[in-house]
Amino acid sequence: MQPDIQDQAVIDADELMAKTAGFKLSAEREAMVDDLQSRYPNKKATLLPLLWAIQEQEGWISREWMAYAARRCEVPLSHVLGVVTFYTMYHQKPVGKYHVQVCRNISCHIRGATGIIDAVERKLGLQHGGVSACGKWSLEHVECLAGCSWAPVMQINRTLHENLSPDQAVKILDELE
Amino acid sequence: MTKVLFEHRGKKGVDTFAGWEAVGGFQALKRALKMKPEEVIEEVKASGLRGRGGAGFPTGVKWGFVPKNTGKPIYLCINADESEPGTCKDRVLMEELPFMCLEGALIAAYAIGAKLAFWYIRGEFDLSERVIRKAVETLREKGVIGKNVFGSGWDVDLVVHRGAGAYICGEETGLISSVEGDKGQPKIKPPFPAVEGAFRCPTIVNNVESLAAVPWILNKGGATYAALGTEKSKGTKLFSVSGAVAKPGVYEVEMGYPMRDLIMNECGGPQAGKTLKAIIPGGSSVPVLPAETALGMNLDYESVQAAGSLLGSGGVIVIDESQSMPELLAILGRFYAHESCGQCTPCREGTGWGSRLLNRIDDGGGKSEDMVTLERIARFMTGTTICFLASSMAMPIQSFFKHFRHEFEALLPATTEARGD
Repeated sequence: MQPDIQDQAVIDADELMAKTAGFKLSAEREAMVDDLQSRYPNKKATLLPLLWAIQEQEGWISREWMAYAARRCEVPLSHVLGVVTFYTMYHQKPVGKYHVQVCRNISCHIRGATGIIDAVERKLGLQHGGVSACGKWSLEHVECLAGCSWAPVMQINRTLHENLSPDQAVKILDELE
Repeated sequence: MTKVLFEHRGKKGVDTFAGWEAVGGFQALKRALKMKPEEVIEEVKASGLRGRGGAGFPTGVKWGFVPKNTGKPIYLCINADESEPGTCKDRVLMEELPFMCLEGALIAAYAIGAKLAFWYIRGEFDLSERVIRKAVETLREKGVIGKNVFGSGWDVDLVVHRGAGAYICGEETGLISSVEGDKGQPKIKPPFPAVEGAFRCPTIVNNVESLAAVPWILNKGGATYAALGTEKSKGTKLFSVSGAVAKPGVYEVEMGYPMRDLIMNECGGPQAGKTLKAIIPGGSSVPVLPAETALGMNLDYESVQAAGSLLGSGGVIVIDESQSMPELLAILGRFYAHESCGQCTPCREGTGWGSRLLNRIDDGGGKSEDMVTLERIARFMTGTTICFLASSMAMPIQSFFKHFRHEFEALLPATTEARGD
């Protein structure tokens, strides 16, 4: 997914850091991060779990929360930005309430992934990378989800759906409405 | 056939602490804790167990590389970043036999002298992660992870570290970078991780399937494990079969088992109405073979190599006649281009350029010289980068061209003209 122009606006790191000085996760998540930081050899190494905690709470990771992560893990903001943009599962903008990922790799393809992708795209009226206007749905074509022996597969939020036919895929989406 | 990893698969409650104990669980860990760490390493060396993530390096030998008395902490990383297309075996082990996997990891941690282990789990995994996290919590409550494990005086901690969507983190030094809170970019070897890995300390990275075999080896003895399989490929291996077979699934067979039997018996033969054309035997990165060649070989490291491919991760991808090889190769090319971490130029540029050419051929817009260009790209990206990702795209290109050249040529203009179209 290409970032849009707005995303590429210059970031004033100092300003962001100052603005987010009071940021805190929920008490439970803060305690989880404290626990991890007591086990890991250094704070920087807890960046990935911290980013997950942010995304679980907020649904995505804004520049403001990246600044919070930088402070919490004692790394520069640029490092956090580098990490967030490297890993495909960290969302840099909001996704739908239901984030639908359809596998397009080789094993799913052999078992009919193209038909699943077509059916899901038609049903949701979305293409790869799209988010519905109502905020309910977002769609991504993804690489192998390690469900190869149960192909074709699709994952909605964290639930994997296996051995799909196009009709079944649509039915699963219908039931979420 | 002897089952090592799936000996207790499907037994009621075997995914619980009590259920795992009931089938003899934790006996191996208790036995190990009464041995000297080097004796545990010797037992695993004697088993001949080789790394099941894909590289096939002897597990015990790897453990033995950890330098003694450096004064630095030692780390164990469990590689549960199962991402090689066609591979879905570690998921089954974690979801159905979590305590077996964890017991193996704890034995490994003891053997190498690690006090902290990182269970690096693929970000996309849901059930596997929940099951492993819950099992880790249980082991903490029971004192099997913590201080003075089973009264041995040995302390250990284990944390689950979730990835976030990057194929390259399955490469051991990429995994280490990711554990350190960095982008998952591989590092130049040497130094090898056993000497200088995570946090610049000695680190061993082992695949889940390798570690899952360790409790059985400790219980039954390395020699008993070594008696299974072939002379050079010992023991058993999981094969995750996908594609055009009647019963895709994850099967455990002894090393040296005929591919034909795996496909015809375990997998119930080709999918109804399908004729087999090709098989990729070890995950998407290894060379493809014509079906007749693959069906004629045995499933051990040496036989698969002699047939022109690699055993890799054991991800067997079965391709039938209805599939277009140029289309499948374009799918693989897009995958490697998407997953290149970008730090080595031959990979970053080679995967992208290669992928664009493969797409163009598949779409019917290829130029007559495209195959020659792709062969040159594949050659120049082999052995010129920090890790194997670039070679992992080169091998499919070279093997698809070698065995299915006619399908590509049929899409290119020179051939079209020759047919007079």
